[in-house]
Amino acid sequence: MDVLWESQTQLTVRQVGGKLTDRDLAHTTVMTVLDRLAKKGFARRERDGRAWLYRAAASREAYVTELMLFALDQAGDRSAALASFARRVSGSEARVLRRALEIGGEPAGS
Amino acid sequence: MFSPVLVLATLAVGLVPVAAELATARWPRRSPAAAIMLWQAMGLGWGVAAIGTLAALGADPVGPGVAGGALAVLDKALRNVASEVRPPGLLAAMRLLCLGASAALFALLCWVLLASAGAVLRARRRHRTLLSLLAHGDPKVPGALVVDYPAAAAYCVPGLRSRIVISAGTLDLLDQAELAAVLAHERAHLRERHDLVLLPFTALARAFPWSVLVQRSYASVALLVEMLADDHAARRRPARELVTALIRVGAAGSPGTPAGTLAISDEDAAMGDSGVTARVERLLTPSPGLSVPARVLVCGVAAALVVVPAALLVMPL
Repeated sequence: MDVLWESQTQLTVRQVGGKLTDRDLAHTTVMTVLDRLAKKGFARRERDGRAWLYRAAASREAYVTELMLFALDQAGDRSAALASFARRVSGSEARVLRRALEIGGEPAGS
Repeated sequence: MFSPVLVLATLAVGLVPVAAELATARWPRRSPAAAIMLWQAMGLGWGVAAIGTLAALGADPVGPGVAGGALAVLDKALRNVASEVRPPGLLAAMRLLCLGASAALFALLCWVLLASAGAVLRARRRHRTLLSLLAHGDPKVPGALVVDYPAAAAYCVPGLRSRIVISAGTLDLLDQAELAAVLAHERAHLRERHDLVLLPFTALARAFPWSVLVQRSYASVALLVEMLADDHAARRRPARELVTALIRVGAAGSPGTPAGTLAISDEDAAMGDSGVTARVERLLTPSPGLSVPARVLVCGVAAALVVVPAALLVMPL
């Protein structure tokens, strides 16, 4: 997927495999992975003669944003799927907490 | 005269003010596990009592128990329909109506739970797929996934293939000890399947967004679950690391606003109680847990809340 994100143009299966030089992957393996990505909607493809041309459906940043907005959503409805460590506190609450921490003892490592 | 209808109705109505009371009580913070069990028993007991009240109203009082009486009414109605002798009387019609309402309430509660569980599972699957494409490991947080995002985020995706996710912003924000405390907290969530504990309450909160009591009950249980995980983390690590991590992550704000930016008061009010203050307070000044007799009492009440209405429904009296 990183190869598709970095590429400006559409790529064939063989071109994707060629860019994955650090890993010795069989042509069919790359083909299967790209096929799965396309079926899940992460990659778009179109026919070019006998070969498929692949490109990313959306940018990497778009997916990161989707992921994090979902995780940071505090409406309580969607966040039911996950368990956040701490909800965001309001400005006044943060001030009170900081003060409590200073009185409470030595500051931690940083 | 002893009447199952009266007992069930009293339970169903009486649990409402009790839940309101429990939502504001202080003692649950001392023993989150016992309090969570009581909340679950109250939820289940209320459901059984409410369904049972309607069923008992519709049941033939001559029949053996509520279940037997309800079957007797249905049996008679079916035979009447089959033989087409005469239209059912007013009393029989009322009884059938009550039984129908009872079945409808049962179906509604089941559907709400299943729909919520389905939505949660779908959201988690999508989230895990995205994580597998975007996240990477980091030696600073062993066993967790890191997503390159500037805002502070730390959470877990529960399930059979669970994940702990830390944003790059959190990695910069917290020191090594604080990160370890966060991981210990999230691992406690995953190990004890706190998501399953919370699921029925989430489902009710989604189904009845207009009910203040349901929303407050959900918030109470959600906070108790966090406190339970805090306790686990504080047993393994100094509580102070967890406290500073909580404050840093909680006060970090959204990526647009630098840390420490003052929020306007309207936003303060809209956000409500985050629960972070309560969690920090009890970590800094731990109060002793409930005494053993008190815990036994809570367990006993919890058991009675489920057993009594269920027994009233099925036992022939």
